[in-house]
Amino acid sequence: MDLALKDLGDYIADQMPKDITGATVRLDELTLTAKAESIAKILAFLRDDVNCRFKQLVDVCGVDYPERLPRFDVVYNLLSLTNNNRVRIKVETDEDTPVPTVTGVFSSADWWEREAWDMFGISFSGHPDLRRILTDYGFDGHPLRKDFPLTGYVEVRYDDEKKRVVYEPVKLTQEFRSFDFLSPWEGVQAVLPGDEKADNADEDNDAAGAEGDA
Amino acid sequence: MAATQIRNFNLNFGPQHPSAHGVLRMVLEMDGEVITRADPHIGLLHRGTEKLIEHKNYIQALPYFDRLDYVSPQNQEHAFALAVEKLLGLEVPPRGQYIRVLYAELGRVLNHIFTVCAYAMDTGAMTPMLWMFEDRETIMEFCERASGARMHMNYFRPGGVSHDLPPELLDDIGAWADTFPKMIDDVETLLTENRIFKQRTVDIGVITDDQCFDWGFTGPNLRAAGVPWDLRKSQPYDAYAKMDFDIVIAKHGDCYDRYLVRIQEMRQSLRIIKQCIADMPGGRCKSDDRKISPPSRAEMKNSMEALIHHFKLYTEGYHVPAGETYTAVEAPKGEFGVYLVSDGSNKPYRCKIRAPGFAHLQAMDLLSNGHMLADVVANIGSLDIVFGEIDR
Repeated sequence: MDLALKDLGDYIADQMPKDITGATVRLDELTLTAKAESIAKILAFLRDDVNCRFKQLVDVCGVDYPERLPRFDVVYNLLSLTNNNRVRIKVETDEDTPVPTVTGVFSSADWWEREAWDMFGISFSGHPDLRRILTDYGFDGHPLRKDFPLTGYVEVRYDDEKKRVVYEPVKLTQEFRSFDFLSPWEGVQAVLPGDEKADNADEDNDAAGAEGDA
Repeated sequence: MAATQIRNFNLNFGPQHPSAHGVLRMVLEMDGEVITRADPHIGLLHRGTEKLIEHKNYIQALPYFDRLDYVSPQNQEHAFALAVEKLLGLEVPPRGQYIRVLYAELGRVLNHIFTVCAYAMDTGAMTPMLWMFEDRETIMEFCERASGARMHMNYFRPGGVSHDLPPELLDDIGAWADTFPKMIDDVETLLTENRIFKQRTVDIGVITDDQCFDWGFTGPNLRAAGVPWDLRKSQPYDAYAKMDFDIVIAKHGDCYDRYLVRIQEMRQSLRIIKQCIADMPGGRCKSDDRKISPPSRAEMKNSMEALIHHFKLYTEGYHVPAGETYTAVEAPKGEFGVYLVSDGSNKPYRCKIRAPGFAHLQAMDLLSNGHMLADVVANIGSLDIVFGEIDR
């Protein structure tokens, strides 16, 4: 299984060396990384090529990595019914760079791209109808971004005097609690204050030792 | 003949319409009584499940899956449990696998009972709902006896199921599985050859196999268009590889065929249920990896180590190695997938839920275009739409 997927990944990468930047197999799943501007071309190739036949686009979604540049991944999951395998294509983008739409290749991409726009603010150029889809009419912000708070910014209630639903800034009776479960013995990558001196001291000593040897 | 001004109508369908299956709002552009465009507005049941899951540890995230497609909660749990197991590299003992398959199939029957009966109601038949919901209640009692909850079971866990089945439950399920085919036959006498039902459904909302691929159709809706594709056969998970059952297909891809596929799938599910009961292996029902599956209460009273494990698992949870997976199951509505990204912490970094209904509802415009207003209702019912999973 792994080998067959590896071969398939190499084959696809060979066919489009300019557009596909990498192919990896992990956990029996083939992942391709690609350039955002050629995504429609890649999906059309994967759909029509005799060795691929990925005729179904099962999912499109965004992933947010705020500390990385560019910050978003757009992930396309494809399924081939003929060969009974799946492939995942990832492209990178940021808030300002639109990804070309793939609605021309797979009609089903329409709503998933709208969802990615709604949830992450990833824009898709050439999309026929890029409206918000899941959030409220007139909603502001992109809720699945990591910097969007879990509670959101506004809450709604029915105002009996105004006889309509009103939006108000969210009020929490108890502060939102989020616990850090990273063990101080395992997970910490940050350098504790003062530790950098120890490293430098080692280097200094080494340097001094080297000089001494010379 | 006098020239008359013809004006197109915009009709707002839902969100409080009983045939909208929840909270679907559809803006229909109509030429007389013929639909020229259907624009579904979804999101009225959006609860931010994916965002919430990012802030919960893996054990806490599982109950959210019950609340997606609340008509067949077991199958969603199954997808998440499988995804986490894949990232952890965890083996499920045979008994755990069989129990999960058993309940996944009970979930499928739950779902198809609901769909078929609600669909009959949409097209004007009251009786199936009254008859079959008794069996739905019986299945929910089986769920209650296994997990304590009728609907939102929270029973499947990464590594198996939360606890073993009570004694005699398997016999009772087996006894029910013997009586249920009679009920399916009875309902079929009401619907399958019913003239009114056929007039409302045959050749309505036809979709071809190529259109199905283009629009991301899966599950019974795809099989009704004649494509023999079932993840339980093609990419078997848990004990499905050992089960003997047939893939049900139909040929025309219209509303009537989608109904027929669901009826026959219930019969196939019963076959699987009976095999599960007959072959149910003994042994543990969940993984014995103590860093993943919590100890029993009795164990905690005697073992300090078990107590520590329990405390750690229910406060911190477990850490899942960094990686990503797209794991899909054949849910009653179609391919239900979980795209899970882990960063090595005790919470999912990203958990995208691929709901089959989302793709199906998207094709409403294609299915309804050129049909009459009443056919929109038939189309919605035949697609098997539940808003819990579409809006998430």
